[in-house]
Amino acid sequence: MQGAQISFWLITALVLVSGAAAAFSRSIVRAAYSLFFTLAGMAGYYVLLGSDFLAITQVIIYVGGILVLLMFGVLLTNRPVERVRKGRLALYAVGSVASVALMGFVLNRIIQQTPWHESANLPEPESNLPLLGRMLLGEYLVPFELAGMTLLLCLIGAAYLVRRKER
Amino acid sequence: MNPGLQTYLMVAALLFAFGVVACVSRRNAIGILIGIELILNAAILNFMAFWRFGGMVSEGPNALAGPLFGVFIILLAACEAAIALAVLLSLFFNFGSVDVDAIRQMKR
Repeated sequence: MQGAQISFWLITALVLVSGAAAAFSRSIVRAAYSLFFTLAGMAGYYVLLGSDFLAITQVIIYVGGILVLLMFGVLLTNRPVERVRKGRLALYAVGSVASVALMGFVLNRIIQQTPWHESANLPEPESNLPLLGRMLLGEYLVPFELAGMTLLLCLIGAAYLVRRKER
Repeated sequence: MNPGLQTYLMVAALLFAFGVVACVSRRNAIGILIGIELILNAAILNFMAFWRFGGMVSEGPNALAGPLFGVFIILLAACEAAIALAVLLSLFFNFGSVDVDAIRQMKR
């Protein structure tokens, strides 16, 4: 087994376990911490798929920015709101069995049986950072500037939404 | 077993399913946000897998389609998280809770 394969399966285990914990965990703090491991594992996937830039972006913006923002939200609004509804266990059991069966069927049908367009010889991934920079300021200049503008507008809007109201 | 396109698609589909479950079943609004982040990450993983295994062309505007889409998705996710947190905070100031089942003022 090569190193890339071993790391792929390790990352897969990490991402799926922590993703499940983020989705199903009873406590919201625990879910936010599990999301940290999921996002870090996704950065590992991007390295394996051949884009180091996207992995770094993921770590800086997702893990360093969005996740910290989520933590702030969790800690600022910390009231126990997550209560389990009791007495409908049979319904939950039927629902989870049905959705797992449906999902298995759909996954098998769509992913395994579709003739995806795969190229026969895969080139080894290499660093494409110079080309990416040239494209972001070349062919993709307009989307790039629009994204920056959207970010600025969102920051202004967020600051406006949580401002102290004057009366 | 060499991880191919279909393996990555399976992982992304599972992550997407986790995200949908979190969106639907959480009562805390931050839990719903966590679900949305999972869904967005599954989308980026799909883009990257199709880019990697669908034949990386070295020329033209499609040469880096996967990472470029990923970068733009991450940017928009950052915008969405900032706005959502602002909305959540003003919800919390006005209603004293972020339980999405408790905010039903317009129902009456």
